[in-house]
Amino acid sequence: MSPDVLYTIEVILNGLMAGVMYSLVALGFVLIFKASGIFNYAQGVMALFAAMTLVGIQNGQVPFSHLINAIFGTHIHHFGWQLPAIVAILLTVVVMIIFAILVERLVLKHLVNQEPIILFMATIGLAYFMEGFGDLMWGSEIKTLDVGLPQGASLALEEYTLKWAAEGSEYYGMYLDKLDMVAALVALALVITLSLFSQYTKTGRALRAVADDHQAALSVGISLRKIWVITWCIAGVVAMVAGVMWGSKSGVQFSLSLIALKALPVLILGGFTSIPGAIIGGLIIGVGEKLFEYSIGPLIGGATENWFAYVLALFFLVFRPQGLFGDKIIERV
Amino acid sequence: MNTAAMASETTAQDQTEALLEVNNIEVIYNHVILVLKGVSLSVPKGGITALLGGNGAGKTTTLKAISNLLHSERGVVTKGSILYRGTAIDSLSPEELVKRGVIQVMEGRHCFEHLTIEDNLLTGAYTRKDGKAAVKRDLDMVYTYFPRLRDRRKSLAGYTSGGEQQMCAIGRALLANPETILLDEPSMGLAPQLVEEIFENVKRLNEDEGVSFLLAEQNTNIALRYAHYGYILESGRVVMDGAASELRDNADVKEFYLGVSEGSKRSFRDVKHYKRRKRWLS
Repeated sequence: MSPDVLYTIEVILNGLMAGVMYSLVALGFVLIFKASGIFNYAQGVMALFAAMTLVGIQNGQVPFSHLINAIFGTHIHHFGWQLPAIVAILLTVVVMIIFAILVERLVLKHLVNQEPIILFMATIGLAYFMEGFGDLMWGSEIKTLDVGLPQGASLALEEYTLKWAAEGSEYYGMYLDKLDMVAALVALALVITLSLFSQYTKTGRALRAVADDHQAALSVGISLRKIWVITWCIAGVVAMVAGVMWGSKSGVQFSLSLIALKALPVLILGGFTSIPGAIIGGLIIGVGEKLFEYSIGPLIGGATENWFAYVLALFFLVFRPQGLFGDKIIERV
Repeated sequence: MNTAAMASETTAQDQTEALLEVNNIEVIYNHVILVLKGVSLSVPKGGITALLGGNGAGKTTTLKAISNLLHSERGVVTKGSILYRGTAIDSLSPEELVKRGVIQVMEGRHCFEHLTIEDNLLTGAYTRKDGKAAVKRDLDMVYTYFPRLRDRRKSLAGYTSGGEQQMCAIGRALLANPETILLDEPSMGLAPQLVEEIFENVKRLNEDEGVSFLLAEQNTNIALRYAHYGYILESGRVVMDGAASELRDNADVKEFYLGVSEGSKRSFRDVKHYKRRKRWLS
């Protein structure tokens, strides 16, 4: 095979993996949007908060230590333990569940029956609150997140693919990030679990029912509040997974919360109401932006990755506003 | 109007066990819109009670006040009381009411469009705790009453016909194993033959499964044929009530709701203004 073909394949594979990372974030949005019609602006911050909490718990950081030290003049910072990654992850899940319950109790409960825009505003407030609260709780410095995921290039793959190129050509093997591959597998597992859950369990069926028709769901005795807590829990866990993946890649810091912006074009492409849409939308954007950068980028001065997704989203908004997989508007003939 | 016969009917009605009692309720939407101005009615156990009236008379609001779906539409019961088996249910959530055996089938069917018919039916069993076998049994029961649903159980509810959706909505309510079904406008938008079929099933469910019905319906003719007792609502008030057979023979009901007039055409000036004796039970 010629190196060019191999290189294109590599670009596509890298695009797919980048796409998976976008999908992970988009997934959280879709879950909450489907169940409650809320566009959850705080989704990105939830990912950041989860990642910070995970790092903090793992390293035995004392929560609110800055605050405590400032008030009491003490100098405590660490409990002095280092928890295994799995324990820290489970504890973070617990924190996210508590968070979901608090959001329902303190915010959503009081806004039942309000316009979607009001709920949206509430999530903006929630986002800023969490941002500050996270900093207060765990400190605002950049943290490294290490839950034992493999990092760097996969050398085995590089060596293996080296042989594919024609003898004597200038080719050094395929470069794929191990972390990206793990992220892809995790996302796959997550999506399969979620779809099995929503397809085959009673709660899952209730989730789908609520997504379809709130009033009717109420009338058969499904408690909207309970369903909302469940969706926010799931969205919290998904945010944590996204936070862990992105955090391992680029450190846990404020800009992590901006990955939400990357999810926006994905949502527009895939449709706000479709879980497979979020995944496939992410993949299309990932592959699209990498291929575009590789093929057209050099002709127009590069840096196309920054805007490609948004322009694509714009085209979708004009020509197919419900996205690729958004809820079909069911019309009987 | 034969008042004596009507009165005796009323006492007969009161003697049977009243499952659901609505006492002089007033409902206000959005803090300003007064929709019900004192509605009282009672639903006996094992009966089919019809709630009749034109558009905007307050039939749906009455049903929603009972099932407490009003709350999600910013409606509030401001006066009066609603009793089920003697206990006040005004402040219970719809979920709690379903658990106690009161479920509403909403106007316009409201099936979950993106769920299959079978999944739709199964959502009805959400609050049940008596095990999968019992749910399966009731699912089969629904399929025997509505064989068409069995044929279409794998198709998305949104793609089924209006009649099938109505059956699906009723079947879904049945899966909650209810004692009382509040059935809102089952005939809406359906062909007469289908309406007949649905009402026939309501009757069978009432007789064979012992489900009590409170039925809001514009189609006075068919409702009075199947119901045992009827209430007629007009702009938020009960203007007349009586046994279905009485109402069917009542000259004014015939004139204004059934569209059959006797003899010469009467002018609106001669129309009797019904001022129902208010029952100040609350």
